[in-house]
Amino acid sequence: MQSVIRTHLESVSSHSCYATELSFINSSTRRRSPPEWIMKTFCSVWLLLSLVELRPALPVSQETPLACRGPADPALQQPETPEEMDTTGDLEPTHYPARRAATVALHYLNTRHGSPYRVFGLQQVHKASAEDVAAGGRKYSLDFSVTTSPSGSAGPALRCSAEVLFPRTEQHTPPDVQLNCEALQQLNSTAEDEAFYQKYITPDSAVSAQYLPDSYGNMSEDMQPFWRLARVAASFIMLRESSENTEFNMAQVASITQQESSEKQLMLDYVVLLHDLPSQEIIQWKLLASWSPDSGVRVLQMEWQPRCPHATKPPN
Amino acid sequence: MRHYIAVFALLAAVYCEEVFNGDQVLRIHAESKKHIQILKELERDVDFGLDFWTNVVSTELPVDIRVPHARLYAIKNFLKENNIPFTVMINNVKELLDREREEMVHNAEMERKTKSFNFAAYHDLDTIYNFMDTLVANHSNLISKVNIGSTYENRPMYVLKFSTGGEKKPAIWIDAGVHAREWISHATAVWLADRIATDFKENRTPVPSILSQMDIYLMIVANPDGYVFTHRSLSEFYRFWRKSRSATSNPKCHGVDLNRNWDAEFGGPGASDDPCAEDYRGPSAQSEIEVKNIANFITDHGNFKSFMTLHSYKQLLMYPYGYVGTDAPDRTELHDVATQASKALNSWHGTVYKVGSIFHTIEQASGASVDWAYLRGIKYSFAFELRDTGEYGFLLPADQIVSTARETWYALRYIMQYVCDHPY
Repeated sequence: MQSVIRTHLESVSSHSCYATELSFINSSTRRRSPPEWIMKTFCSVWLLLSLVELRPALPVSQETPLACRGPADPALQQPETPEEMDTTGDLEPTHYPARRAATVALHYLNTRHGSPYRVFGLQQVHKASAEDVAAGGRKYSLDFSVTTSPSGSAGPALRCSAEVLFPRTEQHTPPDVQLNCEALQQLNSTAEDEAFYQKYITPDSAVSAQYLPDSYGNMSEDMQPFWRLARVAASFIMLRESSENTEFNMAQVASITQQESSEKQLMLDYVVLLHDLPSQEIIQWKLLASWSPDSGVRVLQMEWQPRCPHATKPPN
Repeated sequence: MRHYIAVFALLAAVYCEEVFNGDQVLRIHAESKKHIQILKELERDVDFGLDFWTNVVSTELPVDIRVPHARLYAIKNFLKENNIPFTVMINNVKELLDREREEMVHNAEMERKTKSFNFAAYHDLDTIYNFMDTLVANHSNLISKVNIGSTYENRPMYVLKFSTGGEKKPAIWIDAGVHAREWISHATAVWLADRIATDFKENRTPVPSILSQMDIYLMIVANPDGYVFTHRSLSEFYRFWRKSRSATSNPKCHGVDLNRNWDAEFGGPGASDDPCAEDYRGPSAQSEIEVKNIANFITDHGNFKSFMTLHSYKQLLMYPYGYVGTDAPDRTELHDVATQASKALNSWHGTVYKVGSIFHTIEQASGASVDWAYLRGIKYSFAFELRDTGEYGFLLPADQIVSTARETWYALRYIMQYVCDHPY
């Protein structure tokens, strides 16, 4: 705002008052002109008035929006299937239909094998094809590679194949995934997972945090496993909500509150923000997740949240 | 080390300035062999106190002489009597030294400011605008700041113009920050501005040769209102803002998607007509002042040969069309250029980008800027989606800024060189 006023003042002073002074100088040779002090006072008053005038010009939109608004129930969003989707047979691996189907397969993989120290990401799709099925859905066959995080793209990539079936029904039905990755069986709970579990399963542990990562991408190292756990838990939601017209990703953990452990499970209350690429919407979900190295991640409750702009914490 | 030399030069200047007070530098235009003879004699007479800045050679070349104040009258008379034409090149050497000294101090400060600018951090709008001013001051022979109009909330929209002169040379357009939450795009553009300036100053290929034939226009913040909004709070409602901040027909929902508001198949599928939607196209094409300002500027210029826009995330390098799936007429060439550019990008850090048309790679989109540019005849139009592929998404950690910017620069440099080599 200051710079807006400053710029305005600059433009004002460079036009009106300067021009006034100039005309004063020029006109002095032709006829008598008002004394200098009157001109100076006039200019100062003019400037003051301009300052006052500026205030109503400040945009109304800077005020906090009045009401919560949220997108319609995402499950009800069924836009027309774009032409690209109707291709049967081989699909271009770099195009979005193959990528969206692979993303769904990734969500499924994470729900089954994700942990605080292992989140899977899509590296690339090698081959893809699609066909309509008798019951009115569409089945994608995929050959793709995944990375694990932490260690990200530097770590070894796993080769996977999957079949993803998107039912095309009136009401949204979650896709069905059959998945096979090499060396999956050999993936055990890591030592880091165990250490993390031991550290936070203690009765007095009560972790809570907001904005992981924050606006600048910062996140303490301590909170990263909680962030990854959220990513895994969110995968349950993303899997359930996916269709051929969505491409979900977790944008941020808005908040995490550790609940009392139950039956040797870490219990975590999360509010997560999902980003859908086609619509560009940010969708908020509240969920209660449990985890232990033996049981893996489970989502016990999930609830879609309307986005409230003035709330700094999510509603209870 | 440069610091010490600067200080020494400063002291020398201060000491010397008084000595040169009132001295003038005359430029002599000898017109005959006789003139040359006379001047050569003057040159030999060291006791007379003239300081020849250039030697007397022939009538082809002018001769510059610093004349001490005490000798001015005598010399001017002498030259007039011998009909030797001259002009006063420097009216008062002391004044010139004073000005130079001021400039030196100012430049040293400016350089310190740009050197100390933290490229590995996300900055707010004011800081970025200050950076622009510092950069322009530091490279005033190359860069100027152009105000192309105001935003909805009355903020100035600035483009940095990199030019070695000439009248409307063929030009390259690069913008960032169309979508407010894509902070890596602004941060990359800030780094790019400095990099282009430095490459030019240090004569690093291919920047000087590109700039000898073309101008580069770089808009670091295309959506200032939105960007300011994303800084208002850590809360996700602000940080994940995408659109402009204009009032809409729905009092509860603000803003238009500035990359669906262009006059390119506006109204088609691939954008929403719901003001509350993130990809709301707006009530009409170019209804948004931000879009209008850029479109008008480019149209009025009339000689842009390339249009590139930086977004995030997904690691994609795309070309038209967004509004339809059919191939653009130049599809083969554009795909090749994009493929080579993505390889150049990959060579820095191994980052993998996928290449394809907007429609096929990301989704159908109508009213997109790249389509608008292409349909206007700007053949080499590309859209970048920078890092990452989703791990951090819009919240890319700041320690990845410089690496992202550098790899993006490798791709842009390739494209700019290609555009320069393929005039049309």
